[in-house]
Amino acid sequence: MLDACFDTLPPLPGVGYKPQHYREILSEPGSVAWLEVHAENYMGDGGRPLAQLQYLSQQFPLSIHGVGLSIGGEGDLDRAHLDRLRKLCDWAKPASFSEHLAWSTHDAHFLNDLLPLPYTEATVARVADHVSQVQDHIGRRMLLENPSSYLWFEESTLSETDFLAEVAKRTGCGLLLDVNNVFVSATNLKMDPRAYIDAFPMELVGEIHLGGHDEDEDEHGAPLLIDSHGAEVVDPVWALYDYTLDHAGPKPTLIEWDTDVPDWPVLRAEADRAAQALTRVPA
Amino acid sequence: MTVSQTSFRAALLDAEHPAPAGLTDGHGTPARKRFDVYRNNVAVSLTEALVTAFPSIHSLVGDDFFRAMAGVFLRQHPPSSPVMMYYGAEMPAFLADFAPVAHLPYLADVARIDLALRRAYHAADATAVDPSAFGAIAPEALGAVAFSLAPAVQIVSSPYPIHDIWQMTKGGSKPSAAAQDVLITRPEFDPVVDLLPPGGAIFFEQIGIGQTLGAAMETATGHVPDFDLGGLLGLALTRGALTDLTRPPAN
Repeated sequence: MLDACFDTLPPLPGVGYKPQHYREILSEPGSVAWLEVHAENYMGDGGRPLAQLQYLSQQFPLSIHGVGLSIGGEGDLDRAHLDRLRKLCDWAKPASFSEHLAWSTHDAHFLNDLLPLPYTEATVARVADHVSQVQDHIGRRMLLENPSSYLWFEESTLSETDFLAEVAKRTGCGLLLDVNNVFVSATNLKMDPRAYIDAFPMELVGEIHLGGHDEDEDEHGAPLLIDSHGAEVVDPVWALYDYTLDHAGPKPTLIEWDTDVPDWPVLRAEADRAAQALTRVPA
Repeated sequence: MTVSQTSFRAALLDAEHPAPAGLTDGHGTPARKRFDVYRNNVAVSLTEALVTAFPSIHSLVGDDFFRAMAGVFLRQHPPSSPVMMYYGAEMPAFLADFAPVAHLPYLADVARIDLALRRAYHAADATAVDPSAFGAIAPEALGAVAFSLAPAVQIVSSPYPIHDIWQMTKGGSKPSAAAQDVLITRPEFDPVVDLLPPGGAIFFEQIGIGQTLGAAMETATGHVPDFDLGGLLGLALTRGALTDLTRPPAN
């Protein structure tokens, strides 16, 4: 009976789960509505990670977020990794599974970063083919996340929003809209972040991400923002989030904080701020 | 101008390699420092993964040296799987060959302890033999009993005092000069490192290949005449190292 509530992510704040917050999350019911974990951290055979995840999956709707599938890779998807993802999803029964518009593996070497790809007819076809394979293999619809970009491929012929919309159209996948990534990419590529939001197919958005970034400059003195998930969400990103909610209505919203992870009250305060923004928006 | 992932990757891992042409800031200016963001992400994230994976080596050689060495390692041995919890299996062999640490010949075996601890942390759960069930076996039947080892159990044998060296990284005192073998177990969720007495490694190896308690004892005693079976069994039971107790059917 209880499990039925966990079939979808509620349009409320969630956080990226970190083991150091285990007790506080459980002792403050209602502080967050759902949790997200990185799939690859739960691909061991047993021990504490899987024991904690099993317990948490009985208390919270769960989002499993892959960071290593290399959906944008030129090569074939890693069958062994697809099998691991299916096993994890079958076991944890998450409300949502998502991955990135990026590549990370080439010639069997995993580079542990979300690397960019050009947006062309050829790459749309490849990414759509890979997304369909993932959905067929794990037996569920997935969400595809927009990347943070530091550079642009001259060969690109499509905008990122058109690219994502086309992949979704061909595969039936949903989209994960990372508002911080929009802000980072728009700043780095000198574009208008609100124009990106205006062009984004909001009806396909199953989840929003918010996170922190670092500030740098390129060799010409132009701003260069770097997605770090290691700081508070900055005010311009909160403003862009408000703008997004005005267009999209309330959506499940994740606070991502993966490096220099703060004490629980700091993360909770970020989730509370997202909750306030969500309350303001009519459903 | 198209940029293949082969050329992108080649430039990622080699700072001397220019960033691929055809990458810009979106307005025609070549993206040099922008490409460096990816270079930096790859090197830093893999280095951090190695710092996390090999805390004892990090402690023994120091942060600056470890990070410089990690830069060499990660280019020779980039991960072959996105499951990063197992990254670094080549580290012991790398350390054994890496000339700048040739004067620290024990590092490879200490790295094996770090690897074993991480594998133990993620090993499959298992139901350990209950010491009271073991105690209920008649003394004359004990020799014919056999076990499996829990999936977390690993042994690291070394000609160096690796247990003392490993403990020193946790604030222990200076190592002895003797060769040491260690046992890695996981009683519940947190792996434990124990110094094995002489003959202990042989004993566990025999149990692991399915020998009976009697046969394992005999092999161990053959190597170490004063082999202490009681002490070792007590340790194994306390640490949950033994599973699947089997005994021959009663005649």
